[in-house]
Amino acid sequence: MIKNSAAEMSAALSSGATTSVALTQAHLDRISEVDGKVHAFLYVDTQGALEQAKKIDDARARGEKLGPLAGVPLALKDVLVQKDVPTTCGSKILEGWRPPYDSTVVANLKNAGVVILGKTNMDEFAMGSSTENSAYGPTHNPWDLTRIPGGSGGGSSAALAAFEAPLAIGTDTGGSIRQPAAVTGTVGVKPTYGGVSRYGLVAFSSSLDQAGPCARTVLDTAFLHEVIAGHDPKDSTSINAPVPQVVAAAKSGDVKGMKIGVVKELNGEGYQAGVRQRFEESLELLAQAGAEIVEVSAPNFEYALAAYYLIAPSECSSNLARFDAMRYGLRVGDTDGASAESVMNMTREVGFGREVKRRILLGTYALSSGYYDAYYGSAQKVRTLITQDFNKAFEKCDVMVSPTSPTTAFKIGEKADDPLAMYLNDIATIPVNMAGIGGMSLPSGVAPEDGLPVGFQIMSPVMQDQRMYSVGAALEAALLSKWGAPLLSQAPALGGAA
Amino acid sequence: MSALTYEDVISKYEPVLGLEVHVELNTHSKMFCGCSTIFGAEPNTQTCPVCLALPGALPVVNEKAIESTILIGLALNCSIAPFSRFARKNYFYPDMPKNFQISQYDEPICVNGYVDVEIETDEGPQSFRIEIERVHMEEDTGKSLHVGGSTGRIHGADYSLLDYNRAGIPLVEIVTKIVPGTGKYAPEVAKAYVAELRDILRALGVSDVKMEQGSLRCDANVSLRLIGSEVLGTRSETKNVNSLRSVERAIRGEMIRHAERLNNGEKVVQETRHFQEDTGLTRSGRSKEQAEDYRYFPEPDLVPVAPDAQWIEKLRAGLPERPSLRRKRLQEQWSVPDKEMAAMINADVLNIVEETVLLGADPTKARSWWLGEISRLANEKEVAITALAITAKDVAEIVSLVAQGELTDKLARQVVEGVIAGEGTPAQVISTRGIKVVNDDGALMAAIEKVCSEQSETADKVRNGHLPAAGALIGAVMKETKGQADAARVRELLLGHLGQA
Repeated sequence: MIKNSAAEMSAALSSGATTSVALTQAHLDRISEVDGKVHAFLYVDTQGALEQAKKIDDARARGEKLGPLAGVPLALKDVLVQKDVPTTCGSKILEGWRPPYDSTVVANLKNAGVVILGKTNMDEFAMGSSTENSAYGPTHNPWDLTRIPGGSGGGSSAALAAFEAPLAIGTDTGGSIRQPAAVTGTVGVKPTYGGVSRYGLVAFSSSLDQAGPCARTVLDTAFLHEVIAGHDPKDSTSINAPVPQVVAAAKSGDVKGMKIGVVKELNGEGYQAGVRQRFEESLELLAQAGAEIVEVSAPNFEYALAAYYLIAPSECSSNLARFDAMRYGLRVGDTDGASAESVMNMTREVGFGREVKRRILLGTYALSSGYYDAYYGSAQKVRTLITQDFNKAFEKCDVMVSPTSPTTAFKIGEKADDPLAMYLNDIATIPVNMAGIGGMSLPSGVAPEDGLPVGFQIMSPVMQDQRMYSVGAALEAALLSKWGAPLLSQAPALGGAA
Repeated sequence: MSALTYEDVISKYEPVLGLEVHVELNTHSKMFCGCSTIFGAEPNTQTCPVCLALPGALPVVNEKAIESTILIGLALNCSIAPFSRFARKNYFYPDMPKNFQISQYDEPICVNGYVDVEIETDEGPQSFRIEIERVHMEEDTGKSLHVGGSTGRIHGADYSLLDYNRAGIPLVEIVTKIVPGTGKYAPEVAKAYVAELRDILRALGVSDVKMEQGSLRCDANVSLRLIGSEVLGTRSETKNVNSLRSVERAIRGEMIRHAERLNNGEKVVQETRHFQEDTGLTRSGRSKEQAEDYRYFPEPDLVPVAPDAQWIEKLRAGLPERPSLRRKRLQEQWSVPDKEMAAMINADVLNIVEETVLLGADPTKARSWWLGEISRLANEKEVAITALAITAKDVAEIVSLVAQGELTDKLARQVVEGVIAGEGTPAQVISTRGIKVVNDDGALMAAIEKVCSEQSETADKVRNGHLPAAGALIGAVMKETKGQADAARVRELLLGHLGQA
């Protein structure tokens, strides 16, 4: 049962073949069984999940009209607040904090009857590409427990790949949904910026952060997308327009006549051979399905990574200033006679990890008087140029595509001391955040050289998210008929030494 | 060191001012969340995830605050920017929940205005133009109470208490350009400017403008230069000057302090200073020699403010009359002497008198009720005149009843007292207290006959032409009718009765 898709679970719930309580319990059991090895979860809300499941079963028994995901379990990235459930963002500085309110994403999930199993592991404050920066220890890739599950949302993607949950929520500032999806053989979508409310998403970089749906199939991802998306008056940057019809697009999966633009700059040097091979194969399959493949150029993408590492740290240096031991979270050094200033300093010294401190320092420097124009100002100009590149390219095609990540999952510890090598993981995903458009990653097979999953990225214009679902569904169907079974069935059963 | 006199200072130096006024808007909810803004609630009861800066919370702009700020900009003759942005001002302080303040930086909503203020000079009334550089929106911080230690400041305190009720209250900052050329009148001009702003803001209805509660706060920048010099001197910034009188005192005090330093060959330190009400002097705060780097950048959680041009024109068309012009107009219309006008302004009764007049009352009568009896009762009760349970409508009604002879002045005072005591409208007070001018001649004649028979000797004196004796009889009749008779009518009837008409 736990290996089914959310859509199949939903059908089983509707037909009465199972109950939400049974389904939830099965996932809780699976978590007990495997999470010691995977470490996808930071907190499992056994009681809350079962209560919600019971509520949905009762409502169903009363004949109430329920949404498609009612009663289906989900894993929530620990960067979104859920009332009374610990939220740490993978940081010591928030250890023990229980939010007094629900994020809009969580409120939407609850309204849709989704069962939240618990909070998933992540790089501290979503800063990282491997989940090694969690203050609570790394998450392991279910394909090979010695490897990283991607980041920052490695907990959510690993939970899907290990069948601990059929649905998950991630957040994506520079690739934190898509890159973990790519390296775990799952599906992840970063919706258009403003498509999903950020209210209650603990901010890393406000102008780039976006919560999104993660699942094992394109259709499941679409169902979840429609549940969490929509205008929210509590988020000023939320777009006041109808949610794109992503479920319909995922169901039809029709790409006939669509123009698919291959980004010249996001392929080639620096990309692993197997990654490129799977990408080319996928293009062929899409062409066979009736799409027209064209080449597009985005010359300013080469500056995206540099600009990103000025904008995101700048915003984070300000966003993370609130963690000062005054109102919530960790407090260190509060002894007799200690000043507020020294308590703030000591708490931040102890509470933040190395990568978070590195980015706060970078951002503080970039915003400093005398440096602002050269760093933050120039980075914003690059951002405009990247958006213009996308706009020009989208005149020639309906969606753009690239490999999601240049490599497959690397070994835990392999890049931990080389921040620049780590940052390069997001070279293909960052431009999407810079322009605020939509991006999806779905599995395109395994790389022949290491047997690890490879991700295929689809990018669609602002509020045209349905396009990436059409293309994603078409490719998924073509691959499935080629493989004969979902990619995850090829995954070794939690092999490798943890 | 011999103390310099003010005359010594102005004979040698020219003061240059710069004034920053912070105004708390009177919106019902805070700048970026729905929390109440009512003053004086229990600490930390008017807070939410947004104004406590809980992780994940986001600000949403209060539209009413934007409207108020635009109104202020228009009233101060500013241009309203078609596109302006919020910015984050980053610095750490425990009473600032986010450790950044959402403010406006290089793209404020209103720019380039002016206010003309008039003061009395040796040569008669003179007008000074104060140029406004910008009007921008920001949020207030929470309040810290530092307990223990000798200074009441965070350093040396045993512990500090934080109240976030004020955190996020909408603030508007009004910044002047530098103000040169006021010479010896600098302190008075500054005071008149703040008073004019207060009046304008009150007329707009956008703030309570209570300096003592901190809803209007002034920071005064002062520098001196030798008369004739073009070079600006080093300035000091005196914070939180909390009354009009203090504005004047603080600037005068700073001018003397600067001059003393300059005369002694010392430098004026660029710094923040705190005004002390008791001594009228300022105390050094933090030094600004190393300018703090606030690392301003555009607030990514908010979209730019782009007010619709039609909306701005609508607001402009609805602007109230400028308070200084209105005062002149009313004084003329009502023919009020200068001294009386000043008394009305000081007692803050101009609005209510105007309201009473607009309801038909004679301006002189309306003024004398509000400034006289009603002010006296307000003073007695130690409340603001507007807090009394008497309205302009009540007073207009009472004035009209007196004019019609339905009430005497004495009875009218009883009615006023009754209305203020909460006994209802004038009509209700008259009816429940049984107040009525007795103008029923029959009733009066009965009383007259009764009095004349009781005091037959006095009555005879009157009959014999000794008219001054009538006073005692009239008094007795008034007593008999419980003061409700019109004394003139009583006299008329009495004299007729005694054959002296």
